[in-house]
Amino acid sequence: MEFTEEQINRYSRHILLPEVGGKGQKKIAKSRILLVGAGGLGSPAALYLAAAGVGTIGLIDSDVVDLTNLQRQVLHHTPDVGRPKVLSGKEKIQALNPDVLVSMYEERLTAGNALKIFGDYDVVIDGVDNFPAKFLINDACFFAGKPLVHGGILRFEGRVTTIIPKKSACYRCLFKAPPPPGLVASCQEAGVIGVLAGIIGTIQATEALKLVLGIGRPLTDRLLDFDARKTQFREIKVRRNPNCALCGEHPTITELFDDGDPYAGCAMRPSA
Amino acid sequence: MIKVRIPTPLRPLTKGQGEVETKAGSVVEMIEALNSTHPGIKDRLCDETGELRRFVNIYVNEEDIRFLTGKDTPLKDGDEVSIVPAIAGG
Repeated sequence: MEFTEEQINRYSRHILLPEVGGKGQKKIAKSRILLVGAGGLGSPAALYLAAAGVGTIGLIDSDVVDLTNLQRQVLHHTPDVGRPKVLSGKEKIQALNPDVLVSMYEERLTAGNALKIFGDYDVVIDGVDNFPAKFLINDACFFAGKPLVHGGILRFEGRVTTIIPKKSACYRCLFKAPPPPGLVASCQEAGVIGVLAGIIGTIQATEALKLVLGIGRPLTDRLLDFDARKTQFREIKVRRNPNCALCGEHPTITELFDDGDPYAGCAMRPSA
Repeated sequence: MIKVRIPTPLRPLTKGQGEVETKAGSVVEMIEALNSTHPGIKDRLCDETGELRRFVNIYVNEEDIRFLTGKDTPLKDGDEVSIVPAIAGG
């Protein structure tokens, strides 16, 4: 593929970087990145990946835009309330950069559809709002052999880590299983400072681009924790757990399964 | 003294404090000491059998206690302990 003059202009600030250059920009243009969740984390990630010129962005989300989403889900605008998030997202991505192809999956991620969808992508970004889906994404990336950039936000605290299946610690090495519903605040009642989604989602996008470009040091075997109240980043060492049920020496999880009802225990259906 | 970092979800139990200090010779003693000054914290960290819950990790000086000696991991003056539960928002 050759870039047009307009594309060379559009991506000139990337092409100027020795670590990217024309060659790297072509890698970005050929890349396929999947965003699971077009909400708080998925929004900033989608916008920056679109601006960067990612070839194909996949969006999985079964929700419609809710007014309470707009405080942080910058992919969606006020007139989008009530519209499917994947459609609203696709429009914003293509308005920002018509070079980007957007594949829409207006459905919930399940053990039944995950591997088929993941198989078409180079990198997966976790932007979902519940534990069962986070574990499902981790497991599906392991079985599909796809790098995963995990993120989570709650109140003033955000987390990111990158997982290369079979090479670095997975989410189950870190946390064995989802908490029972109701024990950990994971629903909308806990609240989140909106801009935190921007900070964590853009770190996830950075990680995804580094993986596509094959540059730098990925955030593997490290859990980055950000405390917005103190404006403090902290890195927690993570290791592969030899007893991990998924990627350990004697795995007990040998196929995908839906790990509980994501909305059990919530008074209302959450909107990330 | 041991410095313990309290994660956001547990801060309602520590009157909003992100860090508390306590005296303890091991992680298990630390949990008991925290529970006496901040009642309810043990239930959040441990299940009915007293084992650490599966979605909560404890780090001593940034090392996961699962790779040390678990709940019996010794603590000494000046150690920093982090309690890190899974968080799910997105």
